[in-house]
Amino acid sequence: MSILTVDLQDKTFANGLQAIRELSFTVQSGEFVALVGPSGTGKTTVLNMIAGLETEFVGAIQAPREALSYMFQEPRLMPWLTVENNIRLVLDAPCLQIDSQRFARMETLLQQLGLTEFRGAFPKQLSGGLKRRVALARAFVTQPQLLLMDEPFQSLDEPTAQDLRQILLQLWADTRPTVVFVTHSLNEALQLADRILFLSARPAQIVLDYSVPLARPRSMVTSDLQALHSQLLQQYPQLLSGSLKEI
Amino acid sequence: MKVWWRPRVLVLISCVLIWQLLAWSLQSRYLPTPSAVLVTLWQQWLTGDLLYHLSATLGRVLASFSLAMLIGVGIGILMGSRQRWNEWLDTLVIIGLNIPALVTIILCYIWLGLGETAAIIAVAINKIPMVIVTLREGARAVDKDLLQVAQVYRLSFSQSFWRVYWPQLYPYLFAAARNGLALIWKIVLVVELLGRSNGVGFQLGNYFHYFDIKGILAYTFAFVALILLLETLVLRPLEQRLNRWRE
Repeated sequence: MSILTVDLQDKTFANGLQAIRELSFTVQSGEFVALVGPSGTGKTTVLNMIAGLETEFVGAIQAPREALSYMFQEPRLMPWLTVENNIRLVLDAPCLQIDSQRFARMETLLQQLGLTEFRGAFPKQLSGGLKRRVALARAFVTQPQLLLMDEPFQSLDEPTAQDLRQILLQLWADTRPTVVFVTHSLNEALQLADRILFLSARPAQIVLDYSVPLARPRSMVTSDLQALHSQLLQQYPQLLSGSLKEI
Repeated sequence: MKVWWRPRVLVLISCVLIWQLLAWSLQSRYLPTPSAVLVTLWQQWLTGDLLYHLSATLGRVLASFSLAMLIGVGIGILMGSRQRWNEWLDTLVIIGLNIPALVTIILCYIWLGLGETAAIIAVAINKIPMVIVTLREGARAVDKDLLQVAQVYRLSFSQSFWRVYWPQLYPYLFAAARNGLALIWKIVLVVELLGRSNGVGFQLGNYFHYFDIKGILAYTFAFVALILLLETLVLRPLEQRLNRWRE
């Protein structure tokens, strides 16, 4: 059953720049999809359209906006709220108030993510990795059907990013939300996703729809993964700059 | 906590000392000694006059302060967040900033009658444009990224406003309140001098008739002390509490 349908004809910014032309895909319920493409190709714009933050475009999108979470590139925590209150903030949304399990879920997540001792801390006192954990907790605590992620681990050092990817996969396995994960790292996409959509340079189109032939649970650095990585790039040397052309 | 008051108190004490020495050496009836002023202050307190006039003035200060903040904050937010409103009201704000306080006071008294309402409105009108300008700055500096978080996580309008938007205005609110208190009580004295029969301004007018410098200084210091007290006991602790997350 498809939970997300994106059918975009055109997105042109006010300055005349065409970001997207003829971009369509559907995502099945529970699927983990990565969007990979060169930077500046409008990946964030696509997520913003799905989330309903960007409304001026030609095309149609069907998405469960009433049960959607979005983890932005920056953690975007309210700096004046403690870790706990940042999570409580989204739990107070009118649509969640009937959910009597929500605070129990918050406690579980705080524990799972190792945030219990930081619950009274303000974001400014946390490291980059911890801030991402809070953002993850906030994204999962609402039990989204659809989770959008915009290069959430990009500016972290590799071990920390690797930890967070593990945590993400664990949380995902627990509740199986549908995930659309934007990244420009092929390795990250291969580690996380069931399916990778490779985007072209602007105006963005899908150049390759690729199902990742790796079983779960995946360990993070394996020879399988590396073999797959080099095999893909051998087959399509221009893939990461958004083209299937062979040299 | 221990250190902050020492320089403040030292400066105060040395000012009083210099004044005392100067008054002793000049021996003029136009520069009474601090002790003579203190005696006058005490006599005024004993007769009840001091308390009567101070509270009349304080009441007017608080009334016009609240009125000015309420209106100024509302319009300031509107102008800072809606370009259309800003275009329409900007000229009025600049005119408002430049009308002399005395003119608004006189006109209010003439048009509204020599009453309490006219006095309070006249003072508020003088302050409103400044509040507007400060809060407009604040509204323009609001982080749109955080508002997107509120939108994506489906917070209601009032939740988004009070828990995501409003806290970002605190620094600007405090700036407006601080400057407001300082400006407003000065204007209130003028209003009282011109058209009220009680309050510190009215008393200063009386003392001026008799060139009674002791009385003038006694009332001035009493009210300055009151404003300092407000600042130390209300504004500063409140600000510290709300700014905890910045540490």
